Amino acid sequence: MARGQMSFILVQVIVGGLLLGAVYALFSSGLTLVWGMMNIVNFAHGDFVMLGMYAAFVVFTLFGVGPLAGVPFATLLLALLGVVVYFALIRDIMKGPMLAQILGTFGLALLLRYSVFWWFGANFLSLPQDIVGGTFAFLGLRIEASRLLAGVVALFVTLGLHLLLTRTSLGSKMLAVAEDATAAQLMGIRPDTMQAIAWAIAAGATGLAGALIATFFYIVPTVGETLGIVAFVTVSLGGFGSVPGALIAGLLIGVIESLSAYLIGDVYKDIVVYVLFLSFLWFRPQGLMGKT
Amino acid sequence: MRRFLWPALLLALIVAYPLVFSTPFLQRLGALVLLYAIAASSWNVIGGYAGQVSVGHAVFFGCGAYAAMGAYAHFGLSPLVGIPAGIVLAAGIAAIVGVPTLRLSGHYFSMATIAVAELVRLVVTNTDYLGAAVGLSGPTVPRNVFDLSFISALPYYYLFLVVLAVTLLITWWMANSRMGFYLRAIRDSERAARSLGAPTSRTKLYAFMLSAGLTSVAGALYAMMFGFVDPESGLGILISVKILIMAALGGAGLLFGPLVGAAILVPLEEISNSLLGGQGAGLTFVVYGAIIVLIARFQPGGILTLVKRELERRGRAPGKQKALQAGASHAP
Repeated sequence: MARGQMSFILVQVIVGGLLLGAVYALFSSGLTLVWGMMNIVNFAHGDFVMLGMYAAFVVFTLFGVGPLAGVPFATLLLALLGVVVYFALIRDIMKGPMLAQILGTFGLALLLRYSVFWWFGANFLSLPQDIVGGTFAFLGLRIEASRLLAGVVALFVTLGLHLLLTRTSLGSKMLAVAEDATAAQLMGIRPDTMQAIAWAIAAGATGLAGALIATFFYIVPTVGETLGIVAFVTVSLGGFGSVPGALIAGLLIGVIESLSAYLIGDVYKDIVVYVLFLSFLWFRPQGLMGKT
Repeated sequence: MRRFLWPALLLALIVAYPLVFSTPFLQRLGALVLLYAIAASSWNVIGGYAGQVSVGHAVFFGCGAYAAMGAYAHFGLSPLVGIPAGIVLAAGIAAIVGVPTLRLSGHYFSMATIAVAELVRLVVTNTDYLGAAVGLSGPTVPRNVFDLSFISALPYYYLFLVVLAVTLLITWWMANSRMGFYLRAIRDSERAARSLGAPTSRTKLYAFMLSAGLTSVAGALYAMMFGFVDPESGLGILISVKILIMAALGGAGLLFGPLVGAAILVPLEEISNSLLGGQGAGLTFVVYGAIIVLIARFQPGGILTLVKRELERRGRAPGKQKALQAGASHAP
């Protein structure tokens, strides 16, 4: 009986990890898209997610409307921010030295993180537990509705993003720019427009992901640092530029995190993920799906 | 002889500073400028000269700080004894991070440094032997002069000045050695450097380990001056930020860039902290973030590069040209 109980809890933990992992996959695919297309790593990516969380929080507390209003608002707001960041900063530092590329987005991360810190304070905020309909039982598993909603929406949007990139003419144009911007331009594709669209999609994905996890995650200005590293781990694991890779890696990391929180203790879950990242850099830097 | 006049005057000013401006606040300010200049100059070895941007240098700073305080707290030894241990520890961590990532593109290196800094901070925060969240303290009452525990900032000022001079000498020597030429070749074009036979990964690794070791000394000095270290003050991401921004603002890859950056930013931060109190902490880092973005966007070479270009523009008049060329720093 005790044994059955144990494996039952384990299933519960794994399902929780998969649901959270889908959200990791969603915002990491934004990072991998920009990295694969422009060879730029956005060090502010985690802080974009953090902004999405605060946007959803503000919409809820100011207007009292549920996540149905907060989610689109955060997505559009962040998409807009992505376009602004692309034209104001990225377009120029892309051509600059490595120092400028890394400092540019790293400085942006600090700017966003501490502006929020200054405005909202360092306190942990959270939305009401039952904002999306509490907890229900499914096949004997106890699942929070907010986590289920976040996981399912994130999974479908990530798959949609993959289809957008591989099955539509917009996706083909973006891939063409990624392959060779000059050649694409000769074919009548504007690299600038495509790259701005990529930033809008990448940042929009973080806004959506942030708003989705805001319903059950702790909300604090420094959460972006942890989530940013999670995105780095996911992208390194999945191979850069690959959305399916990010999806599988995201789900995997979600499960690993949940299992280590359950088996060793909550404070060690981040430690396990970071150690995993460093060991991957040692033994398989091209990622799980990458070619040697 | 005339080209030695200004440097000599500047040096005399730096040596005399704490005697002229003898209030405790200004002496402490001067010591802090030198301390951050040591840390930023150490960062400059890998970030400036080798062009590999570390965003987690706090981990090396923390190695030194924890080794110094650990020597006292656990063994009753002078914090000085901890310094070599801190250097070895920092260089070891640099090797663990550097060996795999310095073979890959520079993005991986930056991501790995941020991850390892956060990892070590989390581990230390949960390790009772290292004082967990509370940290470790140094001697409250100095037993002898080797405890390096002084009330006045004056002894620290001269101690830091000597260490800074040594750090700059090592950097200068490295930049003018074979290794320095390799590093500059790698920064300009790694592929070209490798094709000409420069051992690129190994050279970058040595630079990283050197940079880590020097940074740990800065951390040890910091812990001695403040008498304690905790995870935030020794390993927090804000330490990494301060080290990086001072070097980048002054001029990454230039010998005196980090010193200039520290001389501008440390007083600004101290003044804003004393004017705004705890509330100002967040605002200071908003400004830091904005400064970093502006440097990256408009002037990746930092202030000294700007000044040098301006001097060269003015120095086009005949006669001045020669003196400027002779006085120009070796770095680009």
